[in-house]
Amino acid sequence: MRHVLEGSHAVSEAVRLARTQVISAYPITPQTHIVEQLSEYCANGTLDARFLRVESEHSALAALIGAASSGVRTFTATSSQGLALMHELLHWASGARLPIVMAQVNRAMAPGWNIWADQTDSLAQRDTGWVQFYCENGQEVLDTTIQAFRLAEWVNLPVMVNLDAFFLSHTYEPVDVPDQKSVDSFLPPYKPRFQLDLANPCAFNQLAPPNIYMEMRHNIQMAMDEAFTFFEQMEEEFDTILGRRHGSVEAIRCDDAEVILITSGTVTSTSRQVVANLREKGEKVGLLKIKLFRPFPVNLLRELTKPASKIAVIDRNFSFGASGIFAQEVKAALCNFPGHPPVYGYVAGLGGRDITTEVIEDIYWLTKNSTAPENESSWVGLREVDHAVGQS
Amino acid sequence: MQLDNLNREHMCSGHVGCPGCGAALAMRFLLKALGNKTIMIIPACCWSIIAGPYPQSTLKIPVLHSAFETGGAVASGVRAAHDIKGDTETTVVTWAGDGGTFDIGFQALSGAVERNENFIYVCYDNEAYMNTGVQRSSSTPYGAWTTTTPGQHWKRLRKKNIVEALVAHRIPYAATASIAFPEDLMRKAKKAKDMAGSRFIHIFSSCPTGWGMPSEMSVKIARMAVQTTIFPLYEVEDGLRYTINYTPKGYLVNEYFRLQGRFKHLTEEDLNSIQEMVDEDWNLLLRKAGVALETS
Repeated sequence: MRHVLEGSHAVSEAVRLARTQVISAYPITPQTHIVEQLSEYCANGTLDARFLRVESEHSALAALIGAASSGVRTFTATSSQGLALMHELLHWASGARLPIVMAQVNRAMAPGWNIWADQTDSLAQRDTGWVQFYCENGQEVLDTTIQAFRLAEWVNLPVMVNLDAFFLSHTYEPVDVPDQKSVDSFLPPYKPRFQLDLANPCAFNQLAPPNIYMEMRHNIQMAMDEAFTFFEQMEEEFDTILGRRHGSVEAIRCDDAEVILITSGTVTSTSRQVVANLREKGEKVGLLKIKLFRPFPVNLLRELTKPASKIAVIDRNFSFGASGIFAQEVKAALCNFPGHPPVYGYVAGLGGRDITTEVIEDIYWLTKNSTAPENESSWVGLREVDHAVGQS
Repeated sequence: MQLDNLNREHMCSGHVGCPGCGAALAMRFLLKALGNKTIMIIPACCWSIIAGPYPQSTLKIPVLHSAFETGGAVASGVRAAHDIKGDTETTVVTWAGDGGTFDIGFQALSGAVERNENFIYVCYDNEAYMNTGVQRSSSTPYGAWTTTTPGQHWKRLRKKNIVEALVAHRIPYAATASIAFPEDLMRKAKKAKDMAGSRFIHIFSSCPTGWGMPSEMSVKIARMAVQTTIFPLYEVEDGLRYTINYTPKGYLVNEYFRLQGRFKHLTEEDLNSIQEMVDEDWNLLLRKAGVALETS
């Protein structure tokens, strides 16, 4: 049934429908609407779950590490500084092979204090062993969160579902909320492969010397590979039951495109409009949305960008001293692929600045009219401000 | 003492603790009292090593090793999961060192007991970061040498009074215990097990390696800590009712300090001022116990 839902509440509905058993969270703007709704569901009995109101994000994830090790379905939500505080335990959750699901609202890192959209928070956590999704709209947020549990429990890895602050978390859209029966048939009750068990006492996460640590890490990479394979199968099943799929990547008019724009998150929606406008003017432009960031869909990217003569990556994030992070990843994916198109990196919209249709059109024309990338990333829409570099 | 199955061992021989390790004794006594319907969370501490490397385990109960500062939080999650599964019987225990309790884990511990999570938190206290090579913690006592309070920089700050910090949270049960008084220790563990809500047990666990003394001195030194009132044995219910479990016989602190290498630099004058501090703390505790007696 279709409802007009806030992006945050699309997450809450998914967590309710997933019959999550333990939720643990600490408030941070703009994540709060997610956990407020879930608190309400726990309080009024709509959801039969324990809600732990812990004293920090670090403890929020620590508590779920305890709960997931005890064999129950778990969820948390955070953003920005909160995610950074969790960093140590992000590694712990994947290393312990726990299928924890997290909604992560992409918000800029301080200082200066900024609560608006920016993906640097979660992309800075790319090496922590979490599956990462970047969603475009409320429907995708709801569907992906339900799928996240299925995927996490299949591969025994934690999954992070990312949504842009405000542009998605606080925006109301029509969202189809599936019925409980359909979700139950897609997502059966969690059957843990291992758990703390009095009948079979084991030690978890103990000292792992050099003779075994490396194999444990290799197993995580094998699970990442499996996550990519299983994602396709899972979407097939989801589509059969619920009639929707979003893809790990989505290619829009890429077949004959000379320039392909690559985006993630809500800027994709604006880019769809730009591509439609430019196509009307006869421009051969395509759009490639990357939803699945870890595992990174390397082969799909290679295949789908093959027809293009240029690629323009729009990053609402930045790795200081390098470039936009999606641009880095795309370059790394293509570099061993002979004859791949040049990759233009553009940084835009940091700290919640609008990425308008004009900004995206500018990026298109800059790319089209250039003979070769002049730098690793061009900052689009920068205001002129005085700034000193180095000591004077 | 009414303790079932005192002869049962829930800890295997062959652990990898140092000779004379007080923390190994403390674990053995605790588990005798709690029994094997126990799940234990062990944040980073000496016991992360003592329990043995993959694929072995010294303990015959499920153990969840966890990050240093997470003892209170991980236990909260284990409890919540068991409750939602309908298992409210299993005892959930966090077993942490002084670093993981007094310092880096204090926030998570305070959060957990403020929520009155239904678990037992045990701190085995060897008064420094022993696993990393004897660095000072906020549990390190006044006067002690450690590798980060060397030479003339020996610690000139008092030990944090962790039990009083927990008592201030008004938790159902907080107690001290010592490896030198196993019956008292096991009675308190059993008492804690039979209660609900947040329970805290602070076990004095001597460390021959870090304290600079022969391994056979471990229990003797722990006994002297109680006899001198350096580490009094007491328990507090609901943050109000104090019971002192051992009445000292007037031993002075000098002998306790003289037997440990970590205190060898202390002068007579230093020891006198330490004696004053110990007396002051003891009198404060007596007053608290006295006040409780008057109001009950």
